[in-house]
Amino acid sequence: MKVPDDLKFTKNDEWIRVDGEIGTIGITDYAQDSLSDIVFIEFLVDKGDTINKGEACASVESVKAAADVYMPASGEIIEINESLTDTPDLINSDPFGEAWMVKVKLSNPSEIDELLDPNAYKTMEHEH
Amino acid sequence: MAKELKETMLHQWHIDHGGRMVPFAGWEMPVQYPSGPIKEHNTTRQAAGAFDIDHMGQMTVRGPQAEEFVNWVVTYNVSKMKLFDAHYSLFCYADGGAVDDLFVYKLPDPDDKEKIYFFLAINADNREKDVAWVKAHVGNYDVEVKDISDETYMLAIQGPKAPAILNRMTKADLTEVPRFTAVQDTILGNVPVLFGRTGYTGEDGFELFFPAEHAIRVWEAILEEGKPEGIQPIGLAARDSLRFEPCMPLYGHELSQYISPIQARLSFAVSFDKDFIGKDALLKQKLEKSVPVLVGFKMVDRGVPRPEYKIFRNGKEVGEVTTGMFSPTTSQYLGMAYLPREISKIGTEIEIMIHNKLRKAEIVKRPFYIPAYRR
Repeated sequence: MKVPDDLKFTKNDEWIRVDGEIGTIGITDYAQDSLSDIVFIEFLVDKGDTINKGEACASVESVKAAADVYMPASGEIIEINESLTDTPDLINSDPFGEAWMVKVKLSNPSEIDELLDPNAYKTMEHEH
Repeated sequence: MAKELKETMLHQWHIDHGGRMVPFAGWEMPVQYPSGPIKEHNTTRQAAGAFDIDHMGQMTVRGPQAEEFVNWVVTYNVSKMKLFDAHYSLFCYADGGAVDDLFVYKLPDPDDKEKIYFFLAINADNREKDVAWVKAHVGNYDVEVKDISDETYMLAIQGPKAPAILNRMTKADLTEVPRFTAVQDTILGNVPVLFGRTGYTGEDGFELFFPAEHAIRVWEAILEEGKPEGIQPIGLAARDSLRFEPCMPLYGHELSQYISPIQARLSFAVSFDKDFIGKDALLKQKLEKSVPVLVGFKMVDRGVPRPEYKIFRNGKEVGEVTTGMFSPTTSQYLGMAYLPREISKIGTEIEIMIHNKLRKAEIVKRPFYIPAYRR
């Protein structure tokens, strides 16, 4: 299972890449693999929305299951990867790259410190 | 307390080959293999797929009154069947609700070629219920009903390339076996196999019945033989999407004790020219047209319809989804449901409640995918 070393992770299998005050968010390789073939994504937020850490920003559905994607950190949504709605399978093939989901302007960067680093994520027990 | 799950003889094989094991109808079965359900679905549509379906049950009916008895318990008139025919049928309760759906085979008795017997392939989940229900109706009929599920292994080899693959392993010319008939042959030297040209995918192919002790050997030999064609093992997720597109019913979804074959639009499996349990109720439903019927719909708004999601029409709840999913072959989000007849016409607009939001859908023609035998 791939775990890039420049990202931070949640226990719920989201990742965030922080670049200055901008965070890019998606789901991990583990998450896409356990969901299996992803056939649908719906964004639950709009550009400009202010969203708290732990709130759902997207809903992802595979052949057999549905899962919400939760914000790893709070902030204003500045970009949404709408192209995923036509090619949800990208989430399976490139979860850390082209299949990023939303970009957020972080309102509380200290929240990032509470997230898991790659080693902690690699060794944690998954709930599902 | 959870009941211990049963395992087929290929259980360890599935695990060794990356099968993700899940509980299904009291069995632990592979829901998918590493390539994933959509690839497995497409492989079956385009080439060939191998399905371990030994969780399914089988029973035999023998005796001087076997034909009369089978005609009493199943909806289809088996007197219309020739030797080696296989026909889809149902067991129904007196009120018309389905006990189960099944395939009936009419076969010559191997011990006495002058005699016939009936071989019934039934659903895993309903095995005990079916056997008990059939036995309870034996009464004065001179028949012997036997559950032979444990000693009988069942595989399905499906897809446009499936007949050619199996044909290289048999003496009989399987490509000449008509659809919905069977042939008895031997493979791998000494394994007697009943090949039914039947299936649950909408593709050409066969269902195989043979002595369970040969399961691994037969399975591996078929996968090896089919390598040039790209045969793959197929899990339950793709099995579900493969049967869904040609709109084949799944007991527990499109059929149940509360749903009749008339509602499920399975009239081809119901013969009113003979007596059988449930006939009066079914005839009444057929004539009165008052019960909800099975429809197909496609999503107009975005959303994945899933079983039990509620369906609305003009703000009023009118039914619920029985099966719904992303259809890999058509790339659409499709579903089936029972709706009152007045809103079952093609083009009728309905709404599905998905994640607390009403989303538009439209009644479309069934099936979503024309099965091979109708092409």
